[in-house]
Amino acid sequence: MSETRQGRVVKVAGPVVIADGMTGARMYDVVRVGKLNLIGEIVELNGDLASIQVYEETVGIGPGEPVVDTEEPLSVELGPGLIESIYDGIQRPLDSLVEAEGEFMSRGSAMPGLNREKRWLFKPTIENGAEVSVGDIVGEVKEGPLLVHKIMVPFGVSGKVENLKEGEYTVVETIGVVKAADGNETKLKLMQKWPVRNSRAVINRLAPNQLLLTGQRVIDTFFPIAKGGTACVPGPFGTGKTVVQHQLAKWVDADVVVYVGCGERGNEMTGVLTEFPELRDPRSGEPLMKRSVLIANTSNMPVAAREASVYTGITIAEYFRDMGYVVALMADSTSRWAEAMREISTRLEEMPAEEGYPAYLGARIAAFYERAGRVDCCGKPKREGALSIIGAVSPPGGDLSDSVVQATLHVVKVFWSLMAKLAQQRHFPAIDWLTSYSFYKQYLPNCFKDKAQAEKMTALTVEAMGLLEQESQLLEIVRLVGAEALSPADRVALETSRTIREDYLHQNAFHKVDTYTSMEKQFEMLETIMYFHRQSLAAIDKGVSTNDIFKLTVREEIARAKYIPQEEIEKIVKIRETIDEQITKCKS
Amino acid sequence: MLSIKEYQTVTSISGPLMMVEMVDQAKYGHIVDIELRDGSIRHGQILQVENDKVLVQVFEGTSGIDVEKSTVRFLAKPLELAVSPEILGRVFNGLGQPKDDGPAIIPEKRLDINGQPINPYARNYPNEFIQTGISTIDGLNPLVRGQKLPIFSGAGLPHDQITAQIARQATVLGHGEQFAVVFAAMGITFEAAQFFINDLHETGAIERSVMFVNLANDPAIERIATPRFALACAEYLAFEQDMHVLVILNDMTNYCEALREISAARKEVPGRRGYPGYLYTDLATIYERSGRIKGKDGSITMVPVLTMPEDDKTHPVPDLTGYITEGQIILSRSLHRKAVSPPVDVLPSLSRLKDKGIGEGKTREDHADLYNQLYAGYARGKEAQELATIMGEAALSAEDKKYMTFANEFEKRYISQGYYENRSVEDTLNLGWELLSMFDDSELKRIDVELIKKYMPRFRKNSKAN
Repeated sequence: MSETRQGRVVKVAGPVVIADGMTGARMYDVVRVGKLNLIGEIVELNGDLASIQVYEETVGIGPGEPVVDTEEPLSVELGPGLIESIYDGIQRPLDSLVEAEGEFMSRGSAMPGLNREKRWLFKPTIENGAEVSVGDIVGEVKEGPLLVHKIMVPFGVSGKVENLKEGEYTVVETIGVVKAADGNETKLKLMQKWPVRNSRAVINRLAPNQLLLTGQRVIDTFFPIAKGGTACVPGPFGTGKTVVQHQLAKWVDADVVVYVGCGERGNEMTGVLTEFPELRDPRSGEPLMKRSVLIANTSNMPVAAREASVYTGITIAEYFRDMGYVVALMADSTSRWAEAMREISTRLEEMPAEEGYPAYLGARIAAFYERAGRVDCCGKPKREGALSIIGAVSPPGGDLSDSVVQATLHVVKVFWSLMAKLAQQRHFPAIDWLTSYSFYKQYLPNCFKDKAQAEKMTALTVEAMGLLEQESQLLEIVRLVGAEALSPADRVALETSRTIREDYLHQNAFHKVDTYTSMEKQFEMLETIMYFHRQSLAAIDKGVSTNDIFKLTVREEIARAKYIPQEEIEKIVKIRETIDEQITKCKS
Repeated sequence: MLSIKEYQTVTSISGPLMMVEMVDQAKYGHIVDIELRDGSIRHGQILQVENDKVLVQVFEGTSGIDVEKSTVRFLAKPLELAVSPEILGRVFNGLGQPKDDGPAIIPEKRLDINGQPINPYARNYPNEFIQTGISTIDGLNPLVRGQKLPIFSGAGLPHDQITAQIARQATVLGHGEQFAVVFAAMGITFEAAQFFINDLHETGAIERSVMFVNLANDPAIERIATPRFALACAEYLAFEQDMHVLVILNDMTNYCEALREISAARKEVPGRRGYPGYLYTDLATIYERSGRIKGKDGSITMVPVLTMPEDDKTHPVPDLTGYITEGQIILSRSLHRKAVSPPVDVLPSLSRLKDKGIGEGKTREDHADLYNQLYAGYARGKEAQELATIMGEAALSAEDKKYMTFANEFEKRYISQGYYENRSVEDTLNLGWELLSMFDDSELKRIDVELIKKYMPRFRKNSKAN
């Protein structure tokens, strides 16, 4: 072992520190800077000079102070204890930091990501003497009521398992040994480490084939996202990006949710922290917190750690995917991440591309989204995992030609476009139905057991979207020549599309029933709306006036169908009988 | 250990920046005193250190400083504010030095004005409704303790009157706790600052206020420190003296311009409109200092004011502010012309934290449904208003006409109230029902049927009696 390499600070400019005497240091090694022991990462080497991005405020650091190379890349600790945690951008547990150091963040603290004292009950799932290799599951730890944490053989290890014993262990105690063919022994622990900037290996990557259901009608019905898919939500401020992200984090049918608050508001993270333990998962009835990992690097926390936070998040997400779970990662907001890159790049005096962003912006964004996917995981038993990424983008002034938006649209398959105009009308989620798109629509039928129903749903979505398209044209005409110029059929179309907008696409995230709509209920609601549309058209063919139809009281029932709880779903089916009754009465 | 070192090695001066060489042991972010040839003292802060070269930004500007005879003293500490409970009622300049005739503060302690970020885990979610007595805020965009809610204004719009009204009227329902106002003026005119100070004098609120005043003719670079002094003071009052502090920062656009000046002088790669790429992060370190902390009684509620150049909401300053703050109150020039006061542009205004601060036990059970309905109605009415200007009122359908009437009434009675009327939230809510009573129950789709049954009959009778 060589002595720890130690250099000296020569320059400090904001979050970037330059040190000399760093010969032999590697790119992306973690270093400790100054007497305060600030954590940093080497981002540029030039002779014996190393440029370091520091994850903490650098006030008070000056030339001559020591810089120590830890000779390890920035890594996260993976193992039992991740679930229900809240970390900063470099995996320091914020809850423990409050206890240890108070309400304000202090500098230079080095608290491990996983609790070292807590004991977990480990149960082996393989026999001693079995041959194992990378990724094989050797046993399980029950982590909370929702999740079985699979303990896997770390990368680079294979051989014969020995001394694997059931028992209560901390994350750093040895649970067994793997003896390689050459006699080398590796101790197995509940915890393993992984460098955040590298993606975890998989055997095969597969195309997504199942939808990730969210309970949000406009998303599931019209612009769905797949298990293993990628989506982005760009929009100006105040259009509800964060509410959309929160709603997905709450209701998405994933086994694990990783929520990265990257350069956003502190109170929003507090909102998540207070809400998630109270909200119940609609399928298991357990608090949503029991399947969540939170990463909070708020906007006022150091900018370099913000850059790292999305990588910390995705590495944790990949780790759960490798256990064979469906994982969803929400990153709010990737623009802040890009800005952090820009800030570091500027301080490194790199040549800027568009808007001052570094030239590698597009490549970094693409590489990040590419870590999503449905995969065959490494190791035995054979298992499939999926990781979906949903990234919010905050373009300046809501301008979609912004570099970050454009770089993101190059790679993602789902685009939920948030419109300021809809938000001002308090139409939430403010996802614009005319410009948004999804490449995963083809998998919608897979959500239904009944094949006929699946086909019907597909037809309904096409019909409804057709009406919404037609509406935008009709409104144009109305604006020019007035509503009187429209034919009765067009007027019905206009009214129906209004119903679709106001009573179907509009969804109240804060209403206890409306916040989540099952696929089944979505079908019944849409079917009812379109049924009324077809019956109205038939009626006006028979000479019934449109005004009589618009006055029918059943329309109010349709409007309030969204507030009918899941258990009383037949009530929505019954509305269709009322439609028949009332329309017949009109005709007579 | 903390010996103060003096140097006479200034090598270059350019704009607000000054380079000092052969300096030993300088630290990033620490402050310096600069003694000029005539013995006067300027203040500066270290922006960058490289070996023995130090780049200093001079708060008061560099005019009159020479390379040869100036002495630079390195004070080996960051910018600090001396605080004690006596700080209440005092007026300081933009660099935290007493500006009134009072004595120097005998410090209980000295605070680094940059503070430290609040650990998100230690935050307490803001959910206590603050009654401002302004219908457009209380009824539609409620403010809660610990929130940061900026006012987006424009040149010639009455943001001073509104902030003064908020400072004067803000109360929390059913509480009688300690309340304080911290006012930071950055580059505003003497007139605007004096208006605010007079208003506080008249209501007696001056005794529980602290002012940090950098006027339009004060050094521009000083403005970079001003809001930080104000917030260090606010943090002390809120989290050590258990007070509920309302911080008013006026005007953030001037602050951002000062930041741009420094950035340009440092020859940094500019972002949009010449503002530095780190403007978002820099603003966040100011705005995010508002909030509540678990286990502490006090809170910091922030109302920053900014003027949008050409009323453009997508200008970097309002744009980045909107991305950090929890909503925004936007003032409308056209309402101001119609003599609607305060001229709050209701549709694009927003309070993100409203949902947790209202409802049963806080304001009233019907609050959420009511504002949703008012919004929807007013949005539709505004559309009809626009349609009428294009095609004439005669071309509107009966329904559109009704919505247009609603929008007109809404502007006249709900939005407009004057700067001295203090409406209780009860009155504001009732007024909402009264205005909605022109519609049939079935049209009020956003309100729960039960609530309509409970509240509407009272107001319908009234309107018929009229």
